[in-house]
Amino acid sequence: MAHAYTPGLRVTERALIRKRRHLPLPGDIHVQVGDSVTADQLVASTALPGNVTNLNVAHELACAPEDIPDYLTVSVGDAVQTGDVIAETKAFWGLFHSVATTPVSGTVEAASELTGQVLIRGEPIRVELDAYLDGTVIEVEGDEAVTVEARGALLQGILGVGGEAHGQLKLLVASPDAPLAPDLIDEQCAGCVLVGGSLVGLDALRAAAEVSAAGIVVGGIDGGDLDEFLGKPLGVAITGQEDLGTSLVLTEGFGEMQMAAQSFELLAARDGQRASINGATQIRAGVIRPEVIVPEPGATWEAEEAEAGAGLEVGSEVRLIREPYFGRLASVTGLPEQLQEIETQARVRVLLARLADTDEEITVPRANVEVIQR
Amino acid sequence: MPDERRLRSILATDCGSTTTKAILIELVEDEYRLRVRGEAPTTVEAPYEDVTRGVLNAVSEVEELSGRRLIRDGSIIRPQDGNEGVDAYLSTSSAGGGLQVMVVGLVRSMTAESAERAALGAGAIVMDVLALDDGRRDFERIQRMRELRPDMLLISGGVDGGETRRVVEMAELVGAASPRARLGARYELPVIFAGNADAREAIEHTLADTVALTIVDNLRPTMERENLGPARTEIHELFLEHVMAQAPGYSELMTWTDADIMPTPAAVGALIEAIAERDGINVMGVDIGGATTDVFSVFGGVFNRTVSANLGLSYSIANVLAETGLPNILRWVPPRWEPDPGKLGNAIRNKMIRPTTIPQTLSDLTVEQAVAREALRLAFEQHKLLATELKGVQRQRDIADAFATAGAQTLVDMMALDLLVGSGGVLSHAPRRNQAALMMLDAFEPEGVTRLAVDSIFMMPQLGVLSGVNEQAATQVFYRDCLIPLGTCVAPVGRARPGSLCLRGRLAVGERAEEFEVQTGEMRLIPLAEGESAEMTLDPLRRFDVGAGPGRALTATVHGGVVGVIIDARGRPLQLPEGETEHAAAIRAWNDELQVYATGHEPAPQGR
Repeated sequence: MAHAYTPGLRVTERALIRKRRHLPLPGDIHVQVGDSVTADQLVASTALPGNVTNLNVAHELACAPEDIPDYLTVSVGDAVQTGDVIAETKAFWGLFHSVATTPVSGTVEAASELTGQVLIRGEPIRVELDAYLDGTVIEVEGDEAVTVEARGALLQGILGVGGEAHGQLKLLVASPDAPLAPDLIDEQCAGCVLVGGSLVGLDALRAAAEVSAAGIVVGGIDGGDLDEFLGKPLGVAITGQEDLGTSLVLTEGFGEMQMAAQSFELLAARDGQRASINGATQIRAGVIRPEVIVPEPGATWEAEEAEAGAGLEVGSEVRLIREPYFGRLASVTGLPEQLQEIETQARVRVLLARLADTDEEITVPRANVEVIQR
Repeated sequence: MPDERRLRSILATDCGSTTTKAILIELVEDEYRLRVRGEAPTTVEAPYEDVTRGVLNAVSEVEELSGRRLIRDGSIIRPQDGNEGVDAYLSTSSAGGGLQVMVVGLVRSMTAESAERAALGAGAIVMDVLALDDGRRDFERIQRMRELRPDMLLISGGVDGGETRRVVEMAELVGAASPRARLGARYELPVIFAGNADAREAIEHTLADTVALTIVDNLRPTMERENLGPARTEIHELFLEHVMAQAPGYSELMTWTDADIMPTPAAVGALIEAIAERDGINVMGVDIGGATTDVFSVFGGVFNRTVSANLGLSYSIANVLAETGLPNILRWVPPRWEPDPGKLGNAIRNKMIRPTTIPQTLSDLTVEQAVAREALRLAFEQHKLLATELKGVQRQRDIADAFATAGAQTLVDMMALDLLVGSGGVLSHAPRRNQAALMMLDAFEPEGVTRLAVDSIFMMPQLGVLSGVNEQAATQVFYRDCLIPLGTCVAPVGRARPGSLCLRGRLAVGERAEEFEVQTGEMRLIPLAEGESAEMTLDPLRRFDVGAGPGRALTATVHGGVVGVIIDARGRPLQLPEGETEHAAAIRAWNDELQVYATGHEPAPQGR
């Protein structure tokens, strides 16, 4: 076996990025093919059917469900306002008069003679999609979706939380091994995508949310701090729906971890430029990685191809992603064919590598490295 | 497909979320045996979006390893002709997230629970269970139905002839929510009604225009009886018609197979049921994966399956940490490797985000196996809660029952369990089989005399679908090639002072006889090789029960395996020593006696 598939994260200065902006239901498209758009520009919108509230009118009027039609004062399809009477019993010499009023505004959706329930559908829920990226509209799919394209730098993280945001990149540390201290975050950070080094703590996260920073990109975080920030333990890596005020993208993982030099340099070189960030992550089949995109408006250069899975070859640069070498960089020096026994006594496929920082020759399972993709 | 009695070769695949596994079974001298296996990445997701590519890749590996040509013009050659092709091709699937079902019932512990059992038994992941007494308000139930996008929805409620109004009320909520199917945005959601027969007309009136409704026999026709078969069959039909037909490449794959494609867990369940029925034994199986842990059991002929959706060893490993807490994990880690708790929490979370990595150091391995114990233990707890006698059944009660406040009795009786089978990477691929045995003992606490085994390469899904076509082939391969017998565990139930005598015993194999005494709190490993069996006499002290009653002797035939016979005298329920020193000493002693981990200088164990 000359090479093995090893999952890796893209870190590249020249990516062609396409984002499909897809409505949950057909609606209105506000742009045309060829339009230049900014990240915050509305490109599509629709209205979802409102939430339904049910009211058991038979119960309210103390009558049999099949008698409901006699007492309803509204019809299916009628618009109603909160507090409107929707059913009433006929007064018997002015006595024993009962009414049922709607607790919400909306439209009468159904009235059941079987159960006595009346369903009121609330006002439609508006959904608006912005472009997310500074770029160009390259495709419009009927009344459902548009695709925005941009050339620029792309950095995929290992895990994120929080959804899409955009703002100016703001470098807050001098080196990739420096933690992002909370006192570095001030009002100037409002609306910005903050770049830290090796670690962000709970205080810094809260400071960033306090000033409404768009996001943070950093090497690592302590698991306990992330749980505190989320308000609950992160049990599975399926994220993106959190409403935290600030999105977070981790480039390396849990613990204090120096951001990979290539990632740090890419971001540092773009300090002050507009960026889009998305913490949404799904580490399951159909993997979604969090990302930071720094578009380069007007660029026409040839983009680097995204490799489906880089091959491991002698000379490949890899990051070690498991103890005892977690987080260190190495270059592959050998890919033995035969399975080898490791310390655990498991027989696995291994590779030989030389550590970048100490030149030490090591043997590690192939499953425990990721190729540094460019 | 040729008559099953003449099947000379069978190819079977299991299309998992990440890997498609193929096995080739051949009839050799009147016995079915596994010939080779192959695997390849599953290709349901972009950029391929065609499951058949992964199947062909896995089958290509089988071709290379077996030297038998199996593919021609992009499809599988059938029937077998000389050294080409196979007589039957079968498949299971859990790709693309498996079969996701939402359940609606009336009372959570009665009709809703019966519906949940039906869905789980059909191989589904139950996304949520809505019931009148689930503590939610109607708008929250509607919101939930709208948020989740299941593959199908199963509505139960009411016994036949009972009241209909509440069932229809729940159906009205379903209609109001208009839930949409996960796959195929423009398709109506398949909904099965398996409730009160008297409500059928009203349900049809309420739902026929908004969903793709089918009606089957009530799954709880009376309080005393469940009738899960029709609902399970319909779930399977809809799985094929809607879910499989929508998933990329499955329409094509369905034309290749000689029997319906089964959801993977349903196939495993079918195999466990077949084995229990054939041998007249109580069986429990567990499959611990990266994201989920499935537990299957057959006690007294009653089959149950549960899936713990977020208990797994990679994608869900951080959830195991969240649910059980770090101290419960640390209690299993041998003291010489116990790492810093803060770093350990981060290391576990790092496995979640890099799920394909494997432990390289012994320290890392012990932590991963400690987490596995907790995942298995929690999944087993959930299983015991669902695998119960029917709730809501009126019984004559004696005075003792009247004081008991517990709900229905669980069907899981560990003293009556005959065979415990472990499956999934952490058990099947543990560097030492002894590690798998101890993980299973710690998590499941078998009682009395129980055989232990692991699934060698996780081929139970393929054998499960095969059991419906040719049971003989499935059971022969299961016992000969799939199961690796670990041996037998003897675990007295009871408690006594640590160090006091727990039981005396005698083990006889042919000419060889061995007498032993085991103290409370000890574990003892007695070698008994795979294929060997022995007569064992067990004489517990009066505080302990090995199956014949407290203090009563028992003679049983015990079977050997790659580990041997384990006498687990730690007591049941299992309690670890409380003092730090005593705890450390006990863990060390058990690991040493069972030769669980290498001490750094002995060679790796040989054998399977």
